[in-house]
Amino acid sequence: MNILVVDDFSTMRRIIKNLLRDLGFTNTEEADDGSTALPILQKGGIDFLITDWNMPKMTGIDLLKAVRADASLEGLPILMVTAEAKREQIVEAAQAGVNGYVVKPFTAAVLQEKIERIFERVEAG
Amino acid sequence: MSRLTDTNSYEGYIQELAKTTELLMEKIEQGKTNEISELIDSIKETRDRGLYLEVGKLTRALHDAISAFHIDAYLDDSDKKDMSTISDATDRLGYVMNLTDKAANRTMDMVEASLPIAQGIGCDTSKLKKDWERLGKREISYEEFGELYKEMGTFLEANEARVKDLQQNLTNILMAQDYQDLTGQVIKRVVTLVQDVEGSLVTLVKLAGNIEEVGGLEVESVKHSSKPAQEEIGIFPTKNDEFVSGQDDVDDLLSSLGF
Repeated sequence: MNILVVDDFSTMRRIIKNLLRDLGFTNTEEADDGSTALPILQKGGIDFLITDWNMPKMTGIDLLKAVRADASLEGLPILMVTAEAKREQIVEAAQAGVNGYVVKPFTAAVLQEKIERIFERVEAG
Repeated sequence: MSRLTDTNSYEGYIQELAKTTELLMEKIEQGKTNEISELIDSIKETRDRGLYLEVGKLTRALHDAISAFHIDAYLDDSDKKDMSTISDATDRLGYVMNLTDKAANRTMDMVEASLPIAQGIGCDTSKLKKDWERLGKREISYEEFGELYKEMGTFLEANEARVKDLQQNLTNILMAQDYQDLTGQVIKRVVTLVQDVEGSLVTLVKLAGNIEEVGGLEVESVKHSSKPAQEEIGIFPTKNDEFVSGQDDVDDLLSSLGF
């Protein structure tokens, strides 16, 4: 299981990577915004995407839309982990096809629950 | 943010002054004393009008700047919900202080809880090591060996729990570092606000400079800059209905959308 973690703050990427490791996901890659994440995703081999919203150059919502618009990536599970807490933003992400939404600050338990839930749904088809 | 630059009237004033002065020179040459006196009064009047115009513009610009930043000098406790942008920025910085304070304390709590565990492992290891070395040299009795075996069993069992506690504390320390992401975003917004305030002040200084110029005083040139105000961001805890108040709210909202 290869997970791509996208956040412009390296601290947050580190936190998420460490939490993923605790959950047994040791294969992770990093990107600092959507524009660097997209080529990694298009290269293939990523099974799960965790992305922030507010990032320079290409935001998380634009990355989400770009992924859903790409035929080879449209089924990729995406979890948004962000400080953006506007209702209309959450609705926008949901409509764009996000699989889960976690608001910062979050706990390890919440992240684990959301990831597991997404996998359950993906497995259920 | 409203733009505060309008020097058309100021230029108009200069043109009018030039025209009247030209006419004045003409009348002086013609020696028409009455008309000369009238024209001097007219120049004075034009200058005063220019001055009033610039003072008016400065007043309007000040009003615009105050409106743009929602500054309310008469804010009392009952009106906190209508806080000015400046008060809001102050609150945001207060939020940064609280977050960093909480993160530092949380980290230190975890370190303080972990140190005795590490020390306990160290002490027990040293004690067992001595007995273990004596065992290697066959310097312990059969009874002492039985005792050492029991101690080793207790040590290993205790270590399992201690390592688990240490891992938990280290994860909590890691999680406490999330403040850096959140505070960084708040600080970025406040920096933008400061830049906007600076831009407005530069415009006000420029308009005040026009007044000084009309009044015949020396004016220092200033560079004008103005940037649009930033939008609200959701990371600041708020009771505003536009924002969710936490993960439970997010989950409820997503459930209502069929998630």
